[in-house]
Formats: sequence, C-alpha cells, structure tokens
Amino acid sequence: MSVVFDEKINRARGDGRLQLAIYDATARLMDKRKHALEGDNLPDFQELRDCANALKKQTIDNLDHYLEQFEANVIAHAGKVVFCKDATDVSDFILKLAKERGARLIVKSKSMTTEEIDLNERLEHHNLEAVETDLGEYIIQLAHERPYHIVAPAMHKTRYQVADLFEEKLGVPNETVIEKQTMIARGVLREKFLAADIGISGANFLIADSGAVVLVENEGNARLSTSAPKIHIAVAGIEKLIPRAQDLAVFLKLLGRSATGQPLTVYTSFLSGPRRGEEIDGPGEFYVVLLDNGRTKLLEDSGKRESLYCIRCGACLNHCPVYRKIGGHSFPWVYSGPIGAIITPQFMGLNHEPGLPFASSLCGACAEVCPVKIDIPRVLLELRADVTAAKEREGQGGLERMAFRAYAWLMRHPKLFEIAGRLASVLAPASSSGWLRGVPAIMNIPPVRAWLSQRDLPAPPHQSFRQQWRTRVPRINSR
Amino acid sequence: MAKRVSLFVSCIVDQVFPNVGLAMADVLERAGFDVGFPEAQTCCGQPAFNSGYREEARQVALHFLDVFSKSENVVVPSGSCTAMITHHFAELFSNDQLNLARVHALESRVYEFSRFLLDVAKVEDVGARLDDVVTYHDSCHALRELKIKQGPRRLLSHVRGLELREMDAAEECCGFGGTFSVKFAEVSGGMARTKIDSIVRTGARTVVSIDSSCLMQIQGAISRAGLSVRTLHLAEVLASR
Amino acid sequence: MSRELILDKVRIALGRTKGQQPPPLPPARIRIAEVNIDFRVAGMLQKVEALAGKTFLAGTLAEAVNYAASVIDGREAVASNAPFLRECGVTALPGVRTGVTDRVELRELCASCAVGITSADYALADTGTLVILSSGHEARMISLLPPAHIAIVPRGRILSGLDELLSILPFPAEQTSSMVLITGPSRTADIEQILVRGVHGPGEVHVIVV
Repeated sequence: MSVVFDEKINRARGDGRLQLAIYDATARLMDKRKHALEGDNLPDFQELRDCANALKKQTIDNLDHYLEQFEANVIAHAGKVVFCKDATDVSDFILKLAKERGARLIVKSKSMTTEEIDLNERLEHHNLEAVETDLGEYIIQLAHERPYHIVAPAMHKTRYQVADLFEEKLGVPNETVIEKQTMIARGVLREKFLAADIGISGANFLIADSGAVVLVENEGNARLSTSAPKIHIAVAGIEKLIPRAQDLAVFLKLLGRSATGQPLTVYTSFLSGPRRGEEIDGPGEFYVVLLDNGRTKLLEDSGKRESLYCIRCGACLNHCPVYRKIGGHSFPWVYSGPIGAIITPQFMGLNHEPGLPFASSLCGACAEVCPVKIDIPRVLLELRADVTAAKEREGQGGLERMAFRAYAWLMRHPKLFEIAGRLASVLAPASSSGWLRGVPAIMNIPPVRAWLSQRDLPAPPHQSFRQQWRTRVPRINSR
Repeated sequence: MAKRVSLFVSCIVDQVFPNVGLAMADVLERAGFDVGFPEAQTCCGQPAFNSGYREEARQVALHFLDVFSKSENVVVPSGSCTAMITHHFAELFSNDQLNLARVHALESRVYEFSRFLLDVAKVEDVGARLDDVVTYHDSCHALRELKIKQGPRRLLSHVRGLELREMDAAEECCGFGGTFSVKFAEVSGGMARTKIDSIVRTGARTVVSIDSSCLMQIQGAISRAGLSVRTLHLAEVLASR
Repeated sequence: MSRELILDKVRIALGRTKGQQPPPLPPARIRIAEVNIDFRVAGMLQKVEALAGKTFLAGTLAEAVNYAASVIDGREAVASNAPFLRECGVTALPGVRTGVTDRVELRELCASCAVGITSADYALADTGTLVILSSGHEARMISLLPPAHIAIVPRGRILSGLDELLSILPFPAEQTSSMVLITGPSRTADIEQILVRGVHGPGEVHVIVV
C-alpha cells in the first residue's frame, strides 16, 4: 500500500461527519434497492441477472462485430462515430469541432467516462467553458473535486458545504435549504443550457442494432444537454454496447433498481442521430466518441474481461463495507468501490496503487448485488496474484514472500507446524481472560502489532487440538 | 458399523481454538459417526491464496489432497476453509489435469459442519441444551459461496433453553478478511466495531458463527471494548448439555 | 486513424478475425403481461400518483380539456402539434400557443411558458411512464422546459409495460431520432439524499387519460 492511499484512508476515517454521511447515504441506497426487489416487485430478478450477464458476455467476446454494427447504424441515421484511443484523441476531436463551429460554451451531463479522461480540464485549458449540469456533478465541479460515488457524486457534501460553495462561487446569499439550493442551480444552469453551443453526454448503453445512445437520469439535464444545443457529442467507452434495442427490457429493469431502487429513472432517452425530417427540435449534429483508453488491453485477459460488463449502477459501492468506511475519495482513481478496485489496476497498471486489490475483506457483498453478475472477488484475487508476481519480478516485497514461502513449507511439515504452535504458547502464555492486549517483544512483529492496534489477540491454548486429540476418549453414541 | 468421517479442523482451530474441534467431534460422535483426525493435516492454503501467492497455496493444497484423498467424508468447522477447498482448489490446478481430477474427486465429500449435520447426518436436533440468548453472525464465505443461511439457524432452533435474536446486520462482514485485518487494520477494526454495535443492539449475550476466524475478530474487538458479550462456535453450542 | 487501430486491438485481444460473425444471439427476453385495459388504466394512474404526479381520468374529451384548463389556470402554455390535442380542443384554450415548427422560436416559447402540453405515443402502466417519440407532432422541449407538463393520452395507448413497448417498437431508431420515457416529475437527491422535484425538467406532471 502506498503512503498516499494510507493517508487518504486515514483522513476519511478521521472525519466523523464524513463517516456518518457515507454511512447514511449508502444505507439509504441499499434500502431503496432492497425494497425495489422485494416480494412481487421484480420476481424474475435473478433470471434477468443471468440474462444480462450472458448478453454482456456475448457482446464483449465479439466486441469488434458490435462496434462495427453500431457504427454502421449511427451513420445510417446521419450521425458520426469517432474512435478515440485516449484522452488526447477525444479532446483533439472536440477542440477541432468547437473551433470549426465557433463554439465557446459546452454543457455536460454526467459521464464517468469524461471524468476518466479529465475532459473538462482539457477543454478549459483551451478556453472552452464546460459546465456540468447534473446537480451533484455541478457541485463537485465548483468544488474542483472528483465524484465521490458513481451515482451520487456529491454524496459527501452537506447542505452547509453546498451553501458556502454556492455563496463563494456563484455570489449568491448563503442558502442552506436544499430545495432553494436546487432552484439556484436550476436558474444558473438553465441559462447555460439555452446558450450552449455543444452538449456532451456519456452513454448508459450503446445499442448496436440501432446506432442509438441510451441515457438514464432523473433531473432532465441529460435531455437538455442532448436536445438544446446544436451539437450533441456522446462520449462512451467501447464496452457500453449491448446488441439490441429489445435487450433494454433486461438492462433497464436492472439498472434503475440496482442504482436507486427505481423501476425506471425519470427520464430514459433513446437517441439516434441528429434531428431528422419533420422533427422540430433536437441537435443538428450527432457524434458518438468511442473511447478505448486501456479497454482493449483489459480485453486481452479472458479471466478478467468480465470487468467490462459493468453498467455503473453503484450497487457494489453501497454494499461494500470497505467503501462505507473509506469513502470514494480514498480510491486512487475516478472509479471507486469494488468496481473501481478491479478496473483501476487494469486501466492504469498495477503500480498505480498496488495496495488497491488488497483493500477488501473478500466478503462478496459486491458480487451478490451486481446486476450483471461480475465476480468481483474472483477478479480481485487474480489481481492480487498479479501484484505479487509483479513485485517478485521487480525484486520487491521480499519479506512477505519469504513469510509465505515459510508458511507453505511449514504447512507441509505437520510435526514442525505443531512445534511452532507450542513455541507460541510458551512465549505468550494465556491470560486469565484468554485474550491478550500485548505480546512479548519477540512476537511483536508488524502483523501482530497491526492486529493489536485494533483488537485483542487470543492467547494460545495450553494444548493444541491435535495434542488433546491424542488423549481424548471418544463419545460413542452416548446420545 | 458407524459411518466414518474425517475432521479437517483448520489451522486456526487446531492451534488457537481447540475446543471448537473437540466440540465438533463430540457432536458428530453423538450423531453416530466414527470420527477420525488425520494427524498430517495442517491448513487449506487460503492465507496464501488470498494474499496472491498461488504457488505457495498450491503446495499447501497438494498437501491437503495427500492427507485427505482417501478419506470418506471430510467435515470442517469453517465455511471459509470449506469454500477454499470446494470452490478455489480447482482454480489452483486448472493447468494440472492430474491434480484437478484429484480435487474434483474430493471436493464433493468435503462439508462444512452445519451442512454435514443437516444434509448427510440428517439431524436437526442434536440434543443440545444451552440457556442463553444468542445472535447469529452469517460468515461471508459460508453465506455467499456455500449459500449457508438457514441451516445453522435451524440447528440452533432445536437447542433447549436457547433464544435466537437476529441482528440487523447479520450478513455484514465482520472485517476479518485474513491479511486484510492487518494490512488495513484500522478499516478492519472499524468494520468489527460496526458489527459489534449491531450485536449489542440485540441484547444477546453470545454471538454464534460457524467460522472461528470471524469469531476471533469479533471477540478480539469485544474484548478490547470491554464488553461482556462472548462468542461461541456453533459446534460449541451444539455440544452443550 | 484510431478506428482501425482500436478495432484491430479488439480483434487481437479476442482472437477474432475481421468480419467474423458472432454466435447467434438468443431471442430477446420480452415478457408481456396480459393485463386488460381497465387494469392498465388503473395501474398507470396509480403509478403516476405514487411518483407525485397528478392524474385525471376523463370520460370525454371535454372533461379532459376542462381539467387541462384548470391546471393552466390562465398561465401561458405551449401545446405540441399532435392532431389528438387539436381534436381534444385543448389547443383552443386561451393562452395556449401551438403550431410552432421553428426550432428557435419553439425553444424560446418553451423557455418562457409555464405549462407544456403534449400527447404521448404510448404509456407504460406498470411504471407510470409516458413514451414520446420526437416528430413533427411532438417536440422535445415542450415536455422539458416549462415547469409544468400536461400529457393527454388516449386510454388505448396504455401498454402493460416496457416489454410490450419494445415488442411494438423493436427498432425505435427507425421512427425517430429521440424516444423519451418519462416516469414522473424531474427530481434529484444529490444533496444529502433529500428528494427535490423539478430540477431541470418539469416538477409538475399531469397525466390525463381519455
């Protein structure tokens, strides 16, 4: 684990108000999801999960086919597809287009993909104003922060912090009533929507057989971003594809319920191409940016490829006891929680934060709730093996490796294993309660110290099981 | 002729919580089984596997296969160790057909203790008595990998004098997670304290689980907090008279 | 050009060759519940109400128009060009503008009006959803910019749910550049998880079933 990771975790753990905010928000989201799946609310939930997993597997395993099908259908509806290998490709494309069209103002609806490539900073660097329009995203943009949570980006902010932020950045009176704060944002952003030259959205799904971008949202900002300006650009990872429009009957039922407990979010937009024929409004130009940014590398590993099935519902974050303790900003990249723990090392490399795959108790709550059944703990275990192998190649982690080699050796020598156990019982004799607050200096190695920093340690018993077994009298059928 | 079972008590029960192994043996013998303990056993290899040391885990797993290949049924007082053997051994030998065949031949005969009682021994009432108010902690690997949820509760429901009170977060992880408990000690400790809050709210005097490693985490944190709640393995409850 | 580069990388990673067909997909999973029209209507109204939308079941077109008039209550309104709205007579109410076909003019009108009036191509009973396909009859902005949205829906347009919609419209992109599913008033819970209605879209949604 890096020092930075450790410090971020400590900071989050030390902030009592923040701890409460994360705990409450995730608990609420868990409750809503639970209610949405209870009883008769979605009796075929498990079947839908299997179905979604199979559809995603088919798409990802044959991704080139669906990408080409998608592209052909976008073109058929007078839209354009732009393949981009990385962040620079994306910003180059947008900057060039903005320059050609004389665009100055861009409205954006929530998109994790553009967070991933720091698109706003890149655009602002070239004097383009890019405004986030989802309320949560707008708040964190004003605060110059990253989303705290895939679905609830400003989960960590209180109304008081928002009041101060709006006062400072927007020059409005300090307003702590949430309804009124929302209306302040509505007013400011309404002007932006009507003045914007370009709208940038993400994509929840890309539909191969339709060349369509599907967006789900509750506020209406995605509809406005994609309908009010003359140009709509959707920026999406290449993994966002699903084969058919009809497959939405599977995915939409899972996404809203898993994310916020809604059978359908308030708005689901199915967008394909610019305004056509008789249509009165809508953009005149429609672009879909398909971003690689490390995804093709991830595809190479068939054992971890399923990481790309994710539909970004955030359920794994809410249900993760570690996320609920350390929060979103402790994670080293834009994607947090269990899904972040498996995709960050694969996008950014193992060395980006080698401790990340180990920041899990492997409880499996994430896999249990994942609507597309990504086996996150299994991928974490593979990543752990990758990290130890990489460390060995780089000549690092020698002490731990020695310890595990010694362990493996000892476990193949039962007699010595027994002697080692007895040695411990001699060194750390049982206390009256059987639980120790400290150990003799010779046993005070780092893992033991770490354990004792939080909990008492069981004292070794006078005799191990195997010792007692040798003298034990069986209780034959004394029932 | 009594049916024979072999105990795999796990390294932690052997070295730290021997009473759990003894209790399990008592319960199985009372249920009519001839209980054996292959003395060459040590560990299932999970500590290495979960820490990313697959080769080391493989060596320990091979040792396990050598020790237990000839056993009829193997009974384990841990959902976590059982899941390691029945769910993850195969991953370790995916490129080793010979040993993979040995894994497959063995894995269907390896049972977590409560499941063995219910599914093989077909006994729900083991004749136990314990005057106590208890709450049950669902250990993660038992719950999510082995799908063990109601079984232990059914066994507890037949214990005379025992009242089971469900906690609100029974399925929430205790925070142990093997080396996670020391690599991310404070987070792990925080998870344990959250768990304990939930336990205390039930007013139960005893926490029961089927995994000694969870109980070590929970009892360690209870002891540090100076609370009077105790922990018992299900086997210890079922062996009570 | 990144296109070929990316597609090649994908193919190499997956061990596929250019133009290789994927295995056939299983049939789409569409399960249409058999729900009679009365239950569909009742379900639709109940779900919209549960989402804090307002509903009105009109026996006649005149009743629908009267209800709409009471909602508009003298405020400025913009109605879509749907023939059904004209048949209803709602477009003839005082203060209701309709027939706008210019993009900029319509946007400005929608930005200043208090009420937007549309029909709906379909409605989904099990979620209380309005389905609107963008066309010469229905614009995107009318259900989006004004703070209140009135949708007048013929009862026969109420489907059981999403599955039925996708069986009727397996390729929405062939019909329109924009199909939107509207399920209740615009809302957010981005600050402290407190629900606030009417963020960017209408905070008030009235569904009139005729």
